[in-house]
Amino acid sequence: MTGAIDPALLIASLMVAATPLVLAAIGELVVEKAGVLNLGVEGMMIVGAICGFAIAVESGSPLAGFVAAAAGGAVLSLLFGVLTQVLLSNQVATGLALTLFGLGISSLMGQSYVGIKPPGTPRLDLGPLSDLPFLGTALFSHDWVVYFSIALTAAVWWFLNRSRAGLTLRAVGENHDAAHALGIKVIAVRLMAIAFGGACAGLGGAYLSLVRVPQWTEGMTAGAGWIALAIVVFGAWRAGRVLLGAYLFGGVTVLQLNLQAAGSALPVEYLSMSPYLITIAVLVVMSARRGRARLGAPASLGRVFHAAS
Amino acid sequence: MQRRTLLGAAAALALTAGGALAQDDPLKVGVVLVGPKTDGGWSQHHYDSFVKMQEHFGDSVELVVQESVPEGADAERVMTQMALSGADLIFTTSFGYMDPTINVAQKFPDVKFEHATGYKTAENVSTYSARFYEGRAIQGHIAGKMTESNIIGYIASYPIPEVIRGINSAFIHAKKVNPDVEFRIVWAFTWFDPAKEADAAKALIEQGADVILQHTDSTAPHAEAAKTEGIITFGQAADMAEYAPMPRVSSIIDNWAPYYIDRVQAVIDGTWETVETWDGIDTGMVGIGEITDAVPAEVRDEALAMKEAIAAGEYHPFTGPLNKQDGTAWLAEGEVADDGTLLGMDFYVEGLSGEIPN
Repeated sequence: MTGAIDPALLIASLMVAATPLVLAAIGELVVEKAGVLNLGVEGMMIVGAICGFAIAVESGSPLAGFVAAAAGGAVLSLLFGVLTQVLLSNQVATGLALTLFGLGISSLMGQSYVGIKPPGTPRLDLGPLSDLPFLGTALFSHDWVVYFSIALTAAVWWFLNRSRAGLTLRAVGENHDAAHALGIKVIAVRLMAIAFGGACAGLGGAYLSLVRVPQWTEGMTAGAGWIALAIVVFGAWRAGRVLLGAYLFGGVTVLQLNLQAAGSALPVEYLSMSPYLITIAVLVVMSARRGRARLGAPASLGRVFHAAS
Repeated sequence: MQRRTLLGAAAALALTAGGALAQDDPLKVGVVLVGPKTDGGWSQHHYDSFVKMQEHFGDSVELVVQESVPEGADAERVMTQMALSGADLIFTTSFGYMDPTINVAQKFPDVKFEHATGYKTAENVSTYSARFYEGRAIQGHIAGKMTESNIIGYIASYPIPEVIRGINSAFIHAKKVNPDVEFRIVWAFTWFDPAKEADAAKALIEQGADVILQHTDSTAPHAEAAKTEGIITFGQAADMAEYAPMPRVSSIIDNWAPYYIDRVQAVIDGTWETVETWDGIDTGMVGIGEITDAVPAEVRDEALAMKEAIAAGEYHPFTGPLNKQDGTAWLAEGEVADDGTLLGMDFYVEGLSGEIPN
């Protein structure tokens, strides 16, 4: 009765399933490293999903759609940025409001896009690499966004750990008063980080509506933004682990559906829980090994910065 | 004592005033939806039916709709709010609203409630559902005839009797025309999550399924199936005609509007009573969407003949001989399943593999 699962196809689907999470989580990582807690990831994702979808349908170009999605997510996140950084509102409340606002405005924007098919995002032609047995199917037969998300993770790692600008950003996140005393423009740095996070979340959302599903449906992110937030925490604010966490979560989700489809004898209840359990367990164990000091939560995370105080 | 009398008098006065006002005020109808009203499936079809109902009554009915309400405590809050703001009749349109509906109904004995697909009633709570399994029988027939890999994928939502009935009905009729057919069932544990539904469809297709049946609400499985040549799907709850003629070859359409008009009329007339409605193809509550040209003419004719037979009451999709999954006898030759067993169905029929999760 039981069918076999083709590992190459499984890896291929897990990369697709994980990409929206990678994009959203890596953006939020940069935001949190700058000391800002933006709980509006879900809202920015879904606004990106509809912006990307609408522009891709109107222009016929998926690339234009992704650019619009990044812009849409960034604009929405700057709303959060202005409220929390300039008007000093509470970050948690504002972030939650951003999610609710994003869900609402996306359904308003999307009313005329229900039931439409978007233009396809072609696979990237990697020449002979795509013809390799196993690896070709598993790794080298994706669209450009999948590779972009991995490259972006590497770029963020390099930026945070190896560049002067990254050091500035981390300084702002660790101790904004000290950074301010050094002459760093704390609010400007944070606004840039917030916009970057918004753009990434928007891209993640657009990947859902343009590639993974592909269609526009109200509320289609269905909690992906919250998963991305959790992955940042359990990944201990490190780019590599965030990527790992997203791939684990996406991977186990796809694996459990495949196991069910293949007629596995494992009880479905456990399979359904497994993506959450395994992702949290793995990341917690990895982070716990080196003690709390290495946890990496930015010290100023979520605290309000006011230059005069 | 005196104060109590006073309060009582005031309350009585308020009630009469309220009653008198109600004559002029429009009847307020509350609606609780589990997904967005534009989901393209279940919630959208409820919503569209309510809109038709309101068009029928015009200004004498006011519609209050709350979308995407999670099943559980949130639902109770939403219903309470509706009742407090003066709703006279509240429709709760998902199985998981069953207990919240009963709880809220106890607190507001003057408000009428209608719960879709559940099995608990009260003085002021009716239930209504459609015999979707009749439509599933027709889908199963088409699926069994059209599959080439003999593997049929089924995206199930929650392990509740309604979903299990659908799986059994589809399987029985697929097996009848194609003894080699095999069902692969994926439990998504959600009514609405396009990404997960798409992933489930993808997993099933990778496992060799060339027919995808779904009991979830979005059109995502169709979009996923459209990526691969030769996969067929069926619309669920709504026609999902935007994916016709391929991959969507037919559909089950829920048509609630006549029922809603009936029930609202009953409240207006003051004749509303607790009922347990369970209608099928015969009354039009279950509609079969157009069977497209992708289905061979012969198969289409057979499917339509089955639809006629079910509508005329000549054929029941659960007719013996049928055994349960473990091989014990369920229905003898020619015996027809009773509604009680169907409403509480918690077992697979013989030939299905896997276990039903709890």
